[in-house]
Amino acid sequence: MASAEQTKQGFMLSKKHKAGLLNFLSAQGILVFFLICMFAFSLFSEQFLSQSNIMTVVRQASIIGIIAVGVTVVIIGGNLDLSVGSMLSFSTVLVVDLHDKIGPTGAILLMFALTLMLGAVNGFLVGFMRLNSLIVTLAMLSAIQGLVLIYSGGQNVDIANQSDTWFSVFGRGYLMGIAVPVIIFALLAIIVQVVMSFTGYGRRIFAIGGNPVAAVYSGIRKNWCVFSTYLISAFCVACAALVLGSRVMGSQNNVGQGYELLVLAGIILGGTSLLGGAGSIWKTVIGVLILGFIQNGLLLMGYPYYTQWLVTWVIIIIAVWLDLANKRKRLLTSHS
Amino acid sequence: MSTATVTHTAGASAHGEAPILSLVEITKKFPGVIALNKVSLDVRAGEVHALLGENGAGKSTLMKVLAGKHIPNGGQILLEGEEKVFENPKQAKQSGIVLIHQEQSLVPEMSVAENIYLGSLPKKWGNRVDWKTLHRDSTAILDRLKCSFSSKDLVSDLSIAKKQMVEIARALVFTPKIVVFDEPTASLTDHEKPVLYEIINTLRDQGVGIVYISHRMDEIFHLSQRISVLRDGEYNGTVNTADTNEDEVTKLMIGRSLELDHASKPKDFGENMLELRGLTVDGVFEDVSFSVRKGEIVGMYGLVGAGRSEVAETIFGLRKISSGEMLLDGKAEHIHSTHDAVAEGIALVPEDRKDQGLILGMNCRDNMTLAGLETVSSNGFMKPAAEKLVYDKYQQAMKIKTPSWRQKVGNLSGGNQQKIVIGKWLHTHPKLLILDEPTRGIDVGSKAEIHALIKDLAKTGYAVLVISSEMPEVLGVSNRIVAMYDGKVTAEFDGDEVSEDALVQAITGQYVTSGDASADRPVT
Amino acid sequence: MIDMKRFMSGGMGIQPIWIFVIVITIFFSVMSDYFLSVGNLTNILVQTSTIGLIALGMTYVMINGNIDLSVGATLGLAASLSVGLQDYGLTVAVLVAIATGVALGALNGLLVWKTGVNAFIVTLGAMIGVRGLIFVYTEEQSFYASNFAFSDFGASSIGPIPVLAIIFLLCTLAMHLVLRRTGHGRNTFAVGGNPEAALDAGIRIGRNMMINFMIVGFFAALAGVLLATQMGAATPNLGRDYELWTITAVVLGGTKLTGGYGSITGTLGGVLAIGVLRNGMNMMQVPAFYVLVILGVILVTVLIIDQQISVKSSKGVQV
Repeated sequence: MASAEQTKQGFMLSKKHKAGLLNFLSAQGILVFFLICMFAFSLFSEQFLSQSNIMTVVRQASIIGIIAVGVTVVIIGGNLDLSVGSMLSFSTVLVVDLHDKIGPTGAILLMFALTLMLGAVNGFLVGFMRLNSLIVTLAMLSAIQGLVLIYSGGQNVDIANQSDTWFSVFGRGYLMGIAVPVIIFALLAIIVQVVMSFTGYGRRIFAIGGNPVAAVYSGIRKNWCVFSTYLISAFCVACAALVLGSRVMGSQNNVGQGYELLVLAGIILGGTSLLGGAGSIWKTVIGVLILGFIQNGLLLMGYPYYTQWLVTWVIIIIAVWLDLANKRKRLLTSHS
Repeated sequence: MSTATVTHTAGASAHGEAPILSLVEITKKFPGVIALNKVSLDVRAGEVHALLGENGAGKSTLMKVLAGKHIPNGGQILLEGEEKVFENPKQAKQSGIVLIHQEQSLVPEMSVAENIYLGSLPKKWGNRVDWKTLHRDSTAILDRLKCSFSSKDLVSDLSIAKKQMVEIARALVFTPKIVVFDEPTASLTDHEKPVLYEIINTLRDQGVGIVYISHRMDEIFHLSQRISVLRDGEYNGTVNTADTNEDEVTKLMIGRSLELDHASKPKDFGENMLELRGLTVDGVFEDVSFSVRKGEIVGMYGLVGAGRSEVAETIFGLRKISSGEMLLDGKAEHIHSTHDAVAEGIALVPEDRKDQGLILGMNCRDNMTLAGLETVSSNGFMKPAAEKLVYDKYQQAMKIKTPSWRQKVGNLSGGNQQKIVIGKWLHTHPKLLILDEPTRGIDVGSKAEIHALIKDLAKTGYAVLVISSEMPEVLGVSNRIVAMYDGKVTAEFDGDEVSEDALVQAITGQYVTSGDASADRPVT
Repeated sequence: MIDMKRFMSGGMGIQPIWIFVIVITIFFSVMSDYFLSVGNLTNILVQTSTIGLIALGMTYVMINGNIDLSVGATLGLAASLSVGLQDYGLTVAVLVAIATGVALGALNGLLVWKTGVNAFIVTLGAMIGVRGLIFVYTEEQSFYASNFAFSDFGASSIGPIPVLAIIFLLCTLAMHLVLRRTGHGRNTFAVGGNPEAALDAGIRIGRNMMINFMIVGFFAALAGVLLATQMGAATPNLGRDYELWTITAVVLGGTKLTGGYGSITGTLGGVLAIGVLRNGMNMMQVPAFYVLVILGVILVTVLIIDQQISVKSSKGVQV
């Protein structure tokens, strides 16, 4: 019996020891990894850490970032939104196409209204009908892509007179030396972070994601709250479409294809759990920027753009292992 | 009461027979609680050994240790004199120890036969399932159990009682040495119980050691040869069934006699706060009528599945009323959601603390304020200082033990978790407080505190409805008791007049004596 | 309600998706004379065989309660390898391509098993990464098959029936039998239906999941190779969105995302529903993008019906 006891204790000890080593890494793992990458890239390329390069990266990352802000809210609420890619195509095609037909103001307003309606459909099906969000938004991904193609007749759209419209400000403009997309991204991130951290609404979303049953048993109107997260997600997509349409001044009808996955990759890299009830906008911002800087760094080092996909895969695997280490640590420290 | 028959050392058996199984000083710790503290127990071949204890006394934990589901922090398991260390349930099973679960552990979309032989399906070459053998063997086992369903039926189509039979059938696949029944009759009808008793007796006669966990005294005295009692995670003695009576066992179990604990006499209470008139939810419960007055504690007593929690859920807006009325403070109310219910001043401390009561990943403070966010926010923004005040108030009032408000509630002990849930609802200042099994799985100390708290709340004017399946609890706190059986209210008693006899009859639907007198011997 | 439930689950002999398949088949055969011809029907089978093969494996993974998003990328990589390695001989190229698919599946399975992390995340990573591997390997070039035996195989037929359709149907039959009749197949249900009970019964959950990920990897790779034989070429973007089509087909076939429930016959119905719809609408000269919308609507409808039935048959509170 004594030997069994000893081996058991030894087992516990070695686990504790391991957890101690991983402690720091698991808590700040992604940030550490990020800093190491940044350092490595700066060794290879002097440009990398220059102000102009950093601003370029942030500007390029802002479209994915804007969408990721909204999707993070959906995920904290315990659901998924895979339809954002198609929705981005939809909104971009719409705003660009309508620009020449009814003018920029009308185009923007109508685009926001219709995008929010798509979000409302998602929100209704998931929030009120209580359908599985993965399948619903998968179905919407397909259906919205179809809608875009029906609307555009398979043709790409563009704005005829590109130099002569204030519409360009969203994608190409600068305010006090900072690119407008970056400002929109930062503003949205800050506002949503504040809402999630400091308001009763945010608290309810965290509660629903953490335990939907207990949230309902606490008198929270879960259906409305879930519904609203999809409106936030759709609103963010509309903002991203504004930036994208304005920057390109035209749109292919599948321009948003695959964005849902990049967005999710950014969120996962940032460390927001897909299980809901935890996470933050800051984490997502960091995750999206990691993706952006890795892409940029690899390009500056002369690697083709697609190598970033491989690196993203490796990072996700590392993040998954770190998450595991984190879980083990929590299990052990919960003994008090 | 004589205690001469109580042997406090489990190893020494009165008859000098060698036990087939000995548990020696088993200790099991969970975060925040010591579930088992040096518990010892022995079981002989060919006996039914009843294991008694209140909810949370550690019976199920002990049996999970035995069955390899929990790895103990200390102690040893001796099977036929040989030390065993089980790292997983399969090892325990292969050694001949089978646990028949309280929870359903079946795979719903598979056939009965496949569930019986789960993990050890008979095979032909190429890993193909040998259906012929499988169904022949399964049918043989089902026949032994006198089951009316086929081995080819899907488990998801079976009633709960039949599922229970499948669980038992599963135990008979291996020739077991020890079979543990954990509350096997909880979901069985009176018609099905004698069949189970027969099975247990047959197994016993074949030399199997049987551990029988139950709350029901009649069953225990009917079936067992010896009774061991756990209290608050500790071993509290073993008695020979023939030499003891229910009073003595009850004392061992809860450390006091029941009579002392009756609630104070009903006095003049206020107006009706809640009144149900013929409330019916189709297929769940029907024609439920009773009332709860201001300052009154009404106990709702019944077996699991009698429809008690469902009534509470309906009052709280979680179920749609088919017919009947619900009056709150004298007015007919239509409550369609939990949000409406909270707005009308109804609070529900739910049965399942972890799944329904708490967001385990959230901290103590945030859980505490979750049902009353409006009061600690302005213009939608949280006021952390106000939240802290609320938390401090209830933390101190209820003596919640936690290192800090930042502690995740998942790390607290059951008693402290329950206090957080109660605090959450006190913060909303409800008119009607419903508590569903408020002390399930909670240690004895916290239990007494929660009982005292409930009584204090009633004194300050709350209307309280307490749902419980523990008789001492219902008798201890209630001014009035409503008994439910099979979706109907069968009787209503004043708290000081009720006899245990009458209560047991009311919740088992036995106003008319049933045919099998031996199986349903009335409690004396 | 029990009857309705049995009906939905196919317990009464026919799954609802098959009724849909029959209805649209009748509809299209009324609308177009050519639709019911042997040529067109075998054509549908060939067209759907790619998604169909992957869906066979995906059914296993989803009954396990997992999901695999990386199948499209695996298909693309296997296609590129099977064409790009033909200098080393056709057999070598095909074997390497399929082995790669199995290995990628094993990697996914291992990660899900060892880390306990949601398969969605693990395979999302693989989906992005494997596409990266394709681009690194092909350097963004399309490969064309130099060996004519390779592309001839894709167009060959035995009697009136194309070889690809035969392969698909044989694989479907085999996977159906394995799922219904073997220990592995039954354990797959147990693992998805009640993992704790499966663990208690001594079923090796991790191993079961990993094998299923390897199976779906195998079928994705096989589908990739066969698609390459059809086209006589492989492009680096081959297989994009196939994971979405595959999951759609499997869910249409009644397999539940929560695991423990599903069938190969249902999946076959789901695959054919998509195939018939695409083919029939194409025949009626309806632009392909309407199919996307219709599929989305059908998917949501299936989900709603399924949910209404489970709500009615359960006594619990719905929150």
